[in-house]
Amino acid sequence: MTDALLEVDNLSAGLRGTPARLLRSVSLKVRPGEVHGLVGESGAGKSMIARAIFAILPRAIEIREGRVRLEGRDLLGMGDMARRRAAAQVAALIPQDPMTALNPSKRIEGQITERLIRIIGMGRTEARKHALELLDEVHLREPERVLRSYPHELSGGMRQRVLIAAAFAGRPRLIVADEPTTALDVTVQKQILRLIADMQQRHGTGLLFVTHNLGVVAKICQSVTVLYGGMVIEQASAAQLFASPQHAYTRALIAATPRYDRPGDSLLPVDAAVIEALRADVARADAAWNAGRRA
Amino acid sequence: MSALFEIENLRVALPDFTRKPLFGPPPRNEILRDLSFTIGRGEAIGIVGESGSGKTTLGRTLVRLLEPSGGSIKFDGADISHLDDEAMAPYRRNLQVIFQNPLSSLNPRKTVAQIIAAPLRLHGVANGRQALADHAANALRMVGLSPDLGRRYPQELSGGQRQRVGIARAIALKPSFVLADEIVSGLDMSSQAQILDLLARLKEEMNLTLAFISHDLSVVRRLCERVMVMRQGEIVELRTCAEMFAGPEHPYTQQLLAAIPLPEIDPQWLSQT
Repeated sequence: MTDALLEVDNLSAGLRGTPARLLRSVSLKVRPGEVHGLVGESGAGKSMIARAIFAILPRAIEIREGRVRLEGRDLLGMGDMARRRAAAQVAALIPQDPMTALNPSKRIEGQITERLIRIIGMGRTEARKHALELLDEVHLREPERVLRSYPHELSGGMRQRVLIAAAFAGRPRLIVADEPTTALDVTVQKQILRLIADMQQRHGTGLLFVTHNLGVVAKICQSVTVLYGGMVIEQASAAQLFASPQHAYTRALIAATPRYDRPGDSLLPVDAAVIEALRADVARADAAWNAGRRA
Repeated sequence: MSALFEIENLRVALPDFTRKPLFGPPPRNEILRDLSFTIGRGEAIGIVGESGSGKTTLGRTLVRLLEPSGGSIKFDGADISHLDDEAMAPYRRNLQVIFQNPLSSLNPRKTVAQIIAAPLRLHGVANGRQALADHAANALRMVGLSPDLGRRYPQELSGGQRQRVGIARAIALKPSFVLADEIVSGLDMSSQAQILDLLARLKEEMNLTLAFISHDLSVVRRLCERVMVMRQGEIVELRTCAEMFAGPEHPYTQQLLAAIPLPEIDPQWLSQT
């Protein structure tokens, strides 16, 4: 399969020293230039998949089985450092919290050019020029001044734009965005989504968009993976998923998304019976997996 | 029957310490400018706006955690605008708050039962170990949690459970007014729906009056009879939910609504301003 930019194949991960799995044979694909939504509630394992790609999982979590391929290159066969380097050459991350993701003791310039100098191998002057162009692209005024600033001198919205600029530095083919708008209010959220979509289209970047908000997925994703309990529940094109969701859980998640345009429509929490059925599915998958391991 | 809250020409100015001179008091920033409105008994009013619009300041002034710099707040017919702490004490029981972040508003060194019991003891609602424990257990049941959770610490609970503890603490006193400040913004969709359902049920059962602060208009619609849209410390629109969602009058409200992503495909949405 060389057509996929990112290919996660049958990935299982668990807590070191325990038999329990946290990711349960997850497979998904992101094609070049495609926006793929990874959706689930808290604890579903969305961020764990994102972190596995960059080899930045917490030490307590080990990968038990499966493959992660970036542009056809198998990452899991390598050591951690080699994996991080290989991933960084192709992919970049937009982290969730703009307040904590930047180093408070370093100027913005160093934080944007780091990837350009260390991974792409640019010289300082060239990297600086590139960084200025990027800040301009994310509509930050006075890019010269921003480069000289420390993170505390910028507002939350500006920091989020800096992180987006840094992610696009050096033209990565894949960007993983981990809940980039969850901390923002709706009007700023829309501006940031528009910015990410514009940059993604201009550079033809593949995007893995991690979120719990199905509204956001509907607006920017072409394909979607729905996760529950570290297990893939449904995978479809966005058009198909919203027109005719196949799984009861997907339907329940859509029904739980508030709508201002349908008065009288009550919000429905996910039905207990649906969760019950999902837990049974998870238990069955685990039993089969354990049996397979013993054999 | 008169309104529970009558607000007239309310102004609030807060000191701005970032511009404080070396000597003398810091200059004051006007956060709320000349607000007048009422909140009826048993009504749920939504307060909506972007960050910095003054919605949290308004909430805190209503429950008199802040003092107005002009105008008046009448609660249940009594002017509480400038009462000092001692004079406010008898009203506190009826003015309860559910905070945005349950992790920072629930003491990590106290068990859930102790957290709920503290205000009960303070206001003399219940005395003695057994009575306090019974009241706390009852409050937990009312918010749909098992009384067994009373022995746990807040950090051992999930986000949705923690927010329920915050609600239990507020309603245990059987207040007439509850302020809920962005209480679902940190939760995922299905926990959000559960918490909103719970508040709607408690409001009916206890005949609560509710002020619900949020930046998301669609969340407000689920719960409130009227919505107030704020911007830069002023009221942009204050109308019934039915009217507001049938067709918001003010362009700013229309813009706020249009920024909410609905779960349906719309290729035009991102390019619309």
